Amino acid sequence: MTARIGVITFPGTLDDRDTQRAVRVAGAEAVPLWHRDKDLKQVDAVVLPGGFSYGDYLRAGAISRFSPVMETVIEQAKAGMPVLGICNGFQVLTETHLLPGAMLRNNHLHFICRDQKLRVENAETSWTVDYTSGQEISIPLKNIDGRYVADDRTFDMLEAEGRVAFRYLDGNPNGSLRDIAGITNEAGNVVGLMPHPEHAVEPLIGTGRTDGLGFFTSILKKLVNA
Amino acid sequence: MTLDTVKHATETPDADQPWAELGLKQDEYARIREILGRRPTGAELAMYSVMWSEHCSYKSSKVHLKQFGEKAPENDAMLVGIGENAGVVDVGQGYAVTFKVESHNHPSYIEPYQGAATGVGGIVRDILAMGARPVAVVDPLRFGAADHPDTKRVLPGVVAGIGGYGNCLGLPNIGGEVVFDACYQGNPLVNAGCIGVMKHEDIHLAKASGTGNKVILYGARTGGDGIGGVSVLASETFDSTGPAKRPAVQVGDPFQEKLLIECTLEIFKEKLVAGIQDLGGAGLSCATSELASAGSGGMRVELDSVPLRDATLSPEEILMSESQERMCAIVEPDKVDRFLAICEKWDVIATVIGEVTEGERLEIFWHGEQIVDVPPRSVAHEGPTYHRPYARPEWQDALQADDASKLPRPADADELRAQVLKLVAHPNQASKAWITDQYDRFVQGNTVLAQPEDSGMVRIDEDTNLGVAMATDGNGRYTKLDPYTGAQLALAEAYRNVAASGAKPLAVSDCLNFGSPEDPGVMWQFAEATRGLADACQTLGTPVTGGNVSLYNQTGEVAIHPTPVVAVLGVIDDVNRRTPIAFADEGHLIYLLGDTREELGGSAWSQVVHEHLGGLPPKVDLAREELLAEILISASRDGMIDAAHDLSDGGLIQALVESCLRGGKGARLVIPETAGDSDSAAGDPFLLLFSESAGRAIVAVPRSEELRFTDMCGARGLPATRIGVVDGEEIDVQGQFSIPLSELKELHEGTIPGLIA
Repeated sequence: MTARIGVITFPGTLDDRDTQRAVRVAGAEAVPLWHRDKDLKQVDAVVLPGGFSYGDYLRAGAISRFSPVMETVIEQAKAGMPVLGICNGFQVLTETHLLPGAMLRNNHLHFICRDQKLRVENAETSWTVDYTSGQEISIPLKNIDGRYVADDRTFDMLEAEGRVAFRYLDGNPNGSLRDIAGITNEAGNVVGLMPHPEHAVEPLIGTGRTDGLGFFTSILKKLVNA
Repeated sequence: MTLDTVKHATETPDADQPWAELGLKQDEYARIREILGRRPTGAELAMYSVMWSEHCSYKSSKVHLKQFGEKAPENDAMLVGIGENAGVVDVGQGYAVTFKVESHNHPSYIEPYQGAATGVGGIVRDILAMGARPVAVVDPLRFGAADHPDTKRVLPGVVAGIGGYGNCLGLPNIGGEVVFDACYQGNPLVNAGCIGVMKHEDIHLAKASGTGNKVILYGARTGGDGIGGVSVLASETFDSTGPAKRPAVQVGDPFQEKLLIECTLEIFKEKLVAGIQDLGGAGLSCATSELASAGSGGMRVELDSVPLRDATLSPEEILMSESQERMCAIVEPDKVDRFLAICEKWDVIATVIGEVTEGERLEIFWHGEQIVDVPPRSVAHEGPTYHRPYARPEWQDALQADDASKLPRPADADELRAQVLKLVAHPNQASKAWITDQYDRFVQGNTVLAQPEDSGMVRIDEDTNLGVAMATDGNGRYTKLDPYTGAQLALAEAYRNVAASGAKPLAVSDCLNFGSPEDPGVMWQFAEATRGLADACQTLGTPVTGGNVSLYNQTGEVAIHPTPVVAVLGVIDDVNRRTPIAFADEGHLIYLLGDTREELGGSAWSQVVHEHLGGLPPKVDLAREELLAEILISASRDGMIDAAHDLSDGGLIQALVESCLRGGKGARLVIPETAGDSDSAAGDPFLLLFSESAGRAIVAVPRSEELRFTDMCGARGLPATRIGVVDGEEIDVQGQFSIPLSELKELHEGTIPGLIA
């Protein structure tokens, strides 16, 4: 039996079907989860995909964190269930305080869509074990509220504990402090990042690279070995 | 104010009515009175005024548009033709594709962000209403001079609006164009296209049938925005002294539209609708009258049940409002509960506002009192038809006589080099990445090709790798010189672009952007362009499936260049065989396909170097275009080429620069002694690099495939000239000049951010 990975759909979620596909390409079973439903259908891990949940008219991710499904996700994440937040999903995770910091509008004030080079700084989280520390990967980036900020104490803590999971290379696309593209919680089960690994899992599609597949094979490896 | 009921209208035949303010002409008002046998009520007048507007009724253009039907080529792929929300074609494996291009020009000048945003929203709902999941959007854009201060207001707003709305819908933006020309200064062209995919059995039509079936309005509440958008805004020339027209522009809510899309697709999946129509231009007036007109019976609507954002709206305003993100469905009574439940799931407001009736009248009530009683066809489909006078403008001969061949050409290799740099750095030829990087091109995870490729391509079946491609093109400069030929060149270019990507061109949608139809010269341009396009579609076997006409694109007496924008949809059996434009592999041979003649009229060179527009546009040879397309498709399918790029504005040098920059590799070029069958450009580096002869492409051929490829071209009779090799880090034209890629890159990519950012 393979791992069951839940993919949440909030109103305004856009990359849910892409994420389900990435889960399938990696060889796991994708389980659609609905924002109004507290039941996680006994999944082994959860992905919060990208999009503009509730239109993001208030603040990205600010309303989703109060949805019924998130109540269970927060509870389970604290108990160790692996959770990955991509883009809007990362924003939701910071709003829930499962991850520290916050996201502001890009420093150039525009939406930006491009192929982005990253360095994997922590290859020991539930979602990165299939990478090597220091590995450089390129995956699509697309957002308007992607500037990661936190106070210095938080940054120092993140750096000291090795919790910066990904850093932007070859040009910071949005003004994120310390070039941070993604972080992990202390336990390594909750990871959030702005770029989109689910858009880089098949040759020919998107950028034509498969550098993002490692996120999904990582979790599979982690869950099957667990 | 007393309610102007049907009864009241009958009793007060001589009451003054604001028909002129609503954009109606005197004879049109007289005709409405004749149809009804009395004066119209205020609500009826509102409906007729918006539905008989140029934008909705095509009253000036339809006598010419008829040709698209009359000359439609035999095409087994056509499933739904002109007249529905969008045309539908069969792409095989049980899939049907619907696509269309529309304009949102006038609103986008007044209020760039909202104008462009709601343009995306409108076309997406058109596609959705056919029963399809929208899978991609494209945006052909035209602005005034890139260095004009107002362009800095309009362009960033338009781009942010397209991105802000489209990105929030989760639709990849895969193509389109950006063109700058002073003629669009007061009249930018903001066209928007969308592609949708469904199975054949899922096609839905806009008609209300079945007595007793319910009329359900769902989506956003109706507000006071966009009142009279089609009549006041889109159907009149801008007058710089008039009052600001901002209240006629709609305001969009992409989040609401995203919910509407998902909700509607779920409703389709459960087969809950008998007919469906989106609310766009002319709002409820359009949806109710078109649904009733296309159906078998009549319709009764309780207008006071429409959910409102502003409780003070009058019935006339509710009928005319163009509030976005609304749809209207016809639903059998026993399916209404399930329909409403799905809407509730998606937090979409849905209200039964009426039902299909036995009679043949569209009847609308306001708190029990009848305010509309009309034959729906007279509103929706039997609007006025104008045979507007048209005449070839007096200046046309002089324009064509002003031959671009007489312009001074570069005297030596240094000047040739300088002109190449000037060309690739010009806003029209420069990279548009600053713009397209503000659009999400990856979402949905099916994007195979996106701008700056020759066409956008998406996979539509993950198991079989079936895909569709779309390219949009239009060249106002060519069309100004010769509208008949210019429209054909637009089609030829889009057709060639689709084929260059490896897809087979299948069908056409068009957005015809012109000046005022009240000007006989403009009307002649329109007549010639539609005739040219219809003739060429017939020859190429690609029917026009639908589209849009945008007239009155002029400020005062000055019209834009006539600008037919043509979208060609193609199909590719296996997206793995797609051909990109990038020259990425050193050692591959560069072949120029087609004939290069001395053709500089309307060229980018004449514009960039001499600010000149005159002479004749390049010749069109549709048989050659067909042959070139067949070769490009065969070569892609059989793995004979690794890259292909069509030649259009800017000629060979522009295409070469784009392919080299995209692949990050240079090229060494040798000026051939012959360039196809015609030898007028043979041995002439200037003409070879800058001429814009149509029916050409460059391809990169691996050495191992050279013989097979040239044999195929030889056997089929397509001139293929070996002009160089992919190599190094510069573009080197032997005996002339060389330019490092880094220098080209800086110029090509720096222009737009330098002007706009």
